[in-house]
Amino acid sequence: MAEVIRIKRGLDIKLKGKAEEVFGKSEPATLFSVRPDDFQGIKPKVIVKDGDAVKVGSVLFYDKANPEMKFVSPVSGVVLAVNRGEKRKVLDVRIQSDGKFESEPFQKANPSSMTSEEVKKLLLNSGFWPFIKQRPYDVVADPNEKPKAIFISGFDSAPLAPDYDFVLEGKKDEFQLGVDALSKLTDGKIHVGVNVESASKIYKRVTGVEVHEFVGPHPAGNVGVQIHHIDPVNKGESVWCINPQDVVTIGTAMKKGLYDFTKVIVLDGSSVKHPAYYRTVYGAQITNIVKGNVDETSAVRYISGNPLSGRQISADGFIGAYDAQVCVIPEGDKSEFLGWILPRLNKFSVNHSYFSWLLGRNREYALDTNINGGERAFIMSGEYDRVFPMDVLPEYLVKAIIAKDIDKMEQLGIYEVAPEDFALCEFVCTSKIETQRIVREGLDYIRKELA
Amino acid sequence: MKALRNFLDKVKPSFEEGGKLAMFRSVFEGFETFLFVPDTTAKRGAHIHDCIDSKRVMSMVVIALIPALLFGIYNVGYQHYLVTGQEMDSCGIISYGLACVLPKIVVSYAVGLGIEFIVAQWKKEEIQEGFLVSGLLIPMIVPASCPLWMLAVATAFAVIFAKEVFGGTGMNIFNVALITRAFLFFAYPSAMSGDSVWIGTEEIFGLGGATNVVDSFTGATVLGQVGVAQGVATPVLTNAVGGQLSVMDMFIGLIPGSIGETSKIAILIGAVILLFTGIASWKTMFSVFVGGALTAFLFNQIGTTPIMNLPWYEHLLLGGFCFGAVFMATDPVTSSRTECGKYVFGFLVGMFAIVIRVLNPGYPEGMMLAILLMNLFAPLVDYFVVQANINRRLKRVKK
Repeated sequence: MAEVIRIKRGLDIKLKGKAEEVFGKSEPATLFSVRPDDFQGIKPKVIVKDGDAVKVGSVLFYDKANPEMKFVSPVSGVVLAVNRGEKRKVLDVRIQSDGKFESEPFQKANPSSMTSEEVKKLLLNSGFWPFIKQRPYDVVADPNEKPKAIFISGFDSAPLAPDYDFVLEGKKDEFQLGVDALSKLTDGKIHVGVNVESASKIYKRVTGVEVHEFVGPHPAGNVGVQIHHIDPVNKGESVWCINPQDVVTIGTAMKKGLYDFTKVIVLDGSSVKHPAYYRTVYGAQITNIVKGNVDETSAVRYISGNPLSGRQISADGFIGAYDAQVCVIPEGDKSEFLGWILPRLNKFSVNHSYFSWLLGRNREYALDTNINGGERAFIMSGEYDRVFPMDVLPEYLVKAIIAKDIDKMEQLGIYEVAPEDFALCEFVCTSKIETQRIVREGLDYIRKELA
Repeated sequence: MKALRNFLDKVKPSFEEGGKLAMFRSVFEGFETFLFVPDTTAKRGAHIHDCIDSKRVMSMVVIALIPALLFGIYNVGYQHYLVTGQEMDSCGIISYGLACVLPKIVVSYAVGLGIEFIVAQWKKEEIQEGFLVSGLLIPMIVPASCPLWMLAVATAFAVIFAKEVFGGTGMNIFNVALITRAFLFFAYPSAMSGDSVWIGTEEIFGLGGATNVVDSFTGATVLGQVGVAQGVATPVLTNAVGGQLSVMDMFIGLIPGSIGETSKIAILIGAVILLFTGIASWKTMFSVFVGGALTAFLFNQIGTTPIMNLPWYEHLLLGGFCFGAVFMATDPVTSSRTECGKYVFGFLVGMFAIVIRVLNPGYPEGMMLAILLMNLFAPLVDYFVVQANINRRLKRVKK
């Protein structure tokens, strides 16, 4: 094993409402939603209509640019609606579950004896492909390319993130099969980044991967940071990445010969009464797990994903395709008298004009969604650098994106980053600049211009 | 607080577009956001945010300036009583100091903020708090006798032409307060340099008692005295009435000079606040002192004029060097924005300040010009740092 990679710059935000390693009990969800917008960079062509019966693994839509890339239903039941927005843009495909989770037929497979083309075809047809993302652009992997390596971040360092050691317990065989399948897709290595402080038993026992140990604060668990430190993306190259649970999903299908999108998600956050883990599938409605479990004395915000880079959903919203976390935190829609000059001991800041740094590293905060200020031009310098552990100048990259200067973006390393890598920059920003939005727009812009 | 909030909510509509008082929208909004942190929540991107904001940052700098300001007020009064040969009483000293300094602060804020409010109204933007710091810096870097109308003209010039035309807070190339001072310096040189401007001898609002100065009065700053000295050796440095000055006196700061710059103790307190809170970069501040000390030390070795022979530590203690290093060079907007660049930027500020002091025959102070010069070159320094990053990335490809 290579030496431990030390991440020095970053920030662990300790939030209240972390989940114990227990499973919560709830009625299974009955309503499911598959959102094309979850899958960056694709154009959906829907092939089901209202009232169609679907099974787990039935194709709902495919990508217009790559018609062989299918997106499938995570449950069996009936298509309730294909919701469309402006310009007939597909918002989501709603499915009413019949609770049976009947699967479309799937051939058991042993990836080790398959060719690269066979594996690729299988993953594309079966709807597993969209879970593989690529750098550059942070979009669904382009099946026409061959990545120089595949990366799996074995842990999530974001605030309140699920513990993958717990989530993946007992899934070693499935994970191994998934890795075997992925290894056919690249001539390079499969890298797994693990946290030096966790046991990571599964990752260390799996063969065919190179394990890298990381130590340090968030964003050490961001796959982008791991890529940067292991095998950075240069212009013209691409690497792919996939979440560990989705590797297991691929492996499960090959082992059992059926579609099973079951994954473990965590429900946590300071407004959750009993934070816990739940078994569900992607796209599931959260109503049943949050009902009666949320402190609603004041307004709350539901987030699919973590509080730094997740997506706001409603109380009857749905879990995003890549997310393994649902967070509930208080809304900050209250004004605060003279807040800017008060000591604000209950709020967190990395700036030493507040005292959070003196109150102990392990003190937990119940942060709300107030942005605590007004948007300004860039004023303070060096703030981003302290939480951005890559050899990239985040402020200059963001400015190049705002200026739509493609040459500069390339030179400053836009191919290496994803919006989530800027989440901490956005958190610490004195000027409250929406860096994640800017980076997403930059990636979309440069992808369109260079296409 | 509830009542205040309710009142604000009640009157708010009349300040909005179409309301009766819509022409004061920016003023209302400015005050409202100072009274209450707005209830804006994150719409997309990060759902949680650090509780730092630019109001906090700016007010921390203002707090850091207060010790120097208070000492400056005292020193203005002290110098006045010293040169008029009256018996010192602290009440008189402070009231004279206040009468001299407070109007300057009021004028600076009134003119600067007035322009900011108008521009914010015109551009339909939120009022920005950058001028809170500039507005306090301006009175602190002018001589005690600077007329208020000059201050008003210079402030207006600086806010409009050094800040608003570039796009407002965060967009300016030059430090706004220093542009004010530079404007005064070039437009009204007689009021900004020489021997008679540093000490208030006039009566203000009937305060200050006697105004006839004592016979031995020489109002020159210490640097001024060195600047005009003949020969090679540094002359004996004196205060305004001929008493000899020690290094300790320069450190404590009861000497003639711009209002806020004289006391190194007060500036040190400010520096500690800025460094402790991390609002000013220690890299910049430290490098300014290193650059200044090294350059002065080199001149000491050459030593062919009195000012070259001024010991390097006295160079750092005299004039606006400390004040500039702590409060002006560290302005994040106009200094280098890259971490490596800050070392270079700071070092060059310190170096040029001493070079200008020593080699410029006409004017004995160099900090203002050095910082303005480096403000201009900060993007160039950053350019090389950014280019180095780009080259590292390119090299990786070739490997």
